Amino acid sequence: MNIPLWLDALIAALLLIGAIVATLGSVGLARMPDFYMRLHGPTKACTLGVGCTMLGSLLYFSVAGQGISVQEVLITVFLFVTAPVSAHVMARAALHRRVACSANTRHPPWPEMDHPPAPPSLANPGEARQGPSSIPGEGSDTRTRGS
Amino acid sequence: MAAHRQLRHWWPRPQFSLFLLVLWLLLMNTLSLAQLVIGAFLGWSIPYLTQPFWPENPRLHQAWRLVPYFAHLLWDILKSNVTVARLILLPPGRLRPAFIRYPVILTDEFALAMLASTISLTPGTVSAGLSPDQKTLLIHALHVVDEEALIRHIHTRYEQPLKEILE
Repeated sequence: MNIPLWLDALIAALLLIGAIVATLGSVGLARMPDFYMRLHGPTKACTLGVGCTMLGSLLYFSVAGQGISVQEVLITVFLFVTAPVSAHVMARAALHRRVACSANTRHPPWPEMDHPPAPPSLANPGEARQGPSSIPGEGSDTRTRGS
Repeated sequence: MAAHRQLRHWWPRPQFSLFLLVLWLLLMNTLSLAQLVIGAFLGWSIPYLTQPFWPENPRLHQAWRLVPYFAHLLWDILKSNVTVARLILLPPGRLRPAFIRYPVILTDEFALAMLASTISLTPGTVSAGLSPDQKTLLIHALHVVDEEALIRHIHTRYEQPLKEILE
């Protein structure tokens, strides 16, 4: 296998950038205070991180291997198509269950849940994740579909 | 005519079937007979079985204009990934998250799906729900200072082009 040095460096750089972005995505997942903010890290790490890694892989196998392979491109396209859908579904599910968002979030979809209670107690772990059981006067809010 | 309708029923989307077949062969990276048969079977069965879930056929007015759209999108993804990376490393207390109600002007379902996906793909924003009347898109933004500017940005950069291409 003889890959020119510059190409080798380019592939290495792409893999490194991909790894760094994916790591940052995971860091975001761990550090963010509420569910909705956590959602941002992984969806993004998916797009750029995986994109870079795939591009590196594509270059490497096209040069060193058995001709151009398009599988990497297809995987990237699939991820780009599915990542936003899964993020959207997760956000919807969280909204539907009224998972609390952090206190400094502006315009929460419903007023009762804009301030999450103290960290969940062991006695009643479900309490902290949900708003009050009765939600009055939300008929006008179009985002909340009836359960 | 009846025969034609019969064919439509059993083979609802010829182009999509062909696309699936090509996709399968590309994924398998071969042109062997066995894979051709499997690909043809998948190409027929997937459209047939998912028939009830399909929306109306999207009409592309100027399909070629999707290319600059995706190029723009890719560039924006790159750019805002850097921004989000910086935000993630900031102390979380400094972030200013917000839910934003985005007034949509698109009416076509396929175009709406494209817009929602675009918003989710660009870092910093995730589309979180659509009102039942399909007029308001709820977006969660990780860090936003000027909400009006964000709405304007989405409108001019994504929604306008999508409307021209798809509606």
